[in-house]
Amino acid sequence: MSSVSEAPVVGLTHGGSEDTGLGQRGPESKSIVVPYGFWLFVLSDMVLFSALFATYASLVNATDGGPTTRQIFDRNLVAVETMALLLSSFVCGLAMITAKRRNMAWTQIWLVLTGLLGLVFLVIELTEFGGLIREGAGPQRSAFLSSFFTLVGCHGAHVTAGLLWLGTMMAQVWAKGFQPHIMRRLLCFSVFWHALDIIWVAIFTIVYLIGTL
Amino acid sequence: MAEHDPELLNVAPGEPHDSMLSETISYVVGLGLALILTGISFWVASTSSLWGPGIAVGLVVLAIAQMGVHLVFFLHITSGPDNTNNVLALAFGVLIVFLVMVGTIWIMAHMNANMGPTPEMTNLQMQRG
Repeated sequence: MSSVSEAPVVGLTHGGSEDTGLGQRGPESKSIVVPYGFWLFVLSDMVLFSALFATYASLVNATDGGPTTRQIFDRNLVAVETMALLLSSFVCGLAMITAKRRNMAWTQIWLVLTGLLGLVFLVIELTEFGGLIREGAGPQRSAFLSSFFTLVGCHGAHVTAGLLWLGTMMAQVWAKGFQPHIMRRLLCFSVFWHALDIIWVAIFTIVYLIGTL
Repeated sequence: MAEHDPELLNVAPGEPHDSMLSETISYVVGLGLALILTGISFWVASTSSLWGPGIAVGLVVLAIAQMGVHLVFFLHITSGPDNTNNVLALAFGVLIVFLVMVGTIWIMAHMNANMGPTPEMTNLQMQRG
């Protein structure tokens, strides 16, 4: 065996050679570096959400005589929201699988479904917010409601941004095809979308389920 | 997209596997596990047959498990050597998230317990004047 097989080695060295990472092989290709950089952004976004969760947990009992968690949350609505976002995340994964095979029709179909399910989630959330504000349980009512609207609203804003990004990506895939830079953006979008679902798991558990125990 | 390449020692987060069957199965298994965990969460929250004080802790554990399912089956964060950088970044993110959340909740709970002169104070009714 003259050819040295590049057995993957855990750690920062590459293939067990003396190469320190940027030598013989050079830096990783853009298809690795770009999603990795985006992964770092997503993780820092989770740090941002952790601060909002901490704020919410500190203020959840500061209701100022106003409505409490038990009085305003509807578990059935949250179950539907959770289903919509989970299925949206799943369908987004299917879109990535078909996109990799350069199947335009199915990619667009799955992406449309991803967007529609995301829209269902967003409409339910906005309906809930609208109902709360009409009942006088808006963000001005108490510190608890301020932190609730900030936390859940921030997630909703992310979903809204994700939907806009999704529409942009559908147009770009349609117009430019499955070129490498389009595929990179699509991969970043899917990472973003899956991450939003992960944050929603924390929200429905901490805010809605534990709040209505 | 990067296909099977012996030079490929890193993989991007969210990158699907190589075979269509295995990656579809990965997403279906992930969806199934997530559905089961979500179902258990909602059941645990509404049942009265469990020990009350333990329910909140159980829900948090279920949520963490579901986040793990999402990371592995949807974002394809694995323990493989080509995933080292992704895992290290994730570990750092989890550390900061843990410090911010636990630190804040811990400190604020003690502030409330030790410094709140009246229940009204902790209820922020002072702000209303």
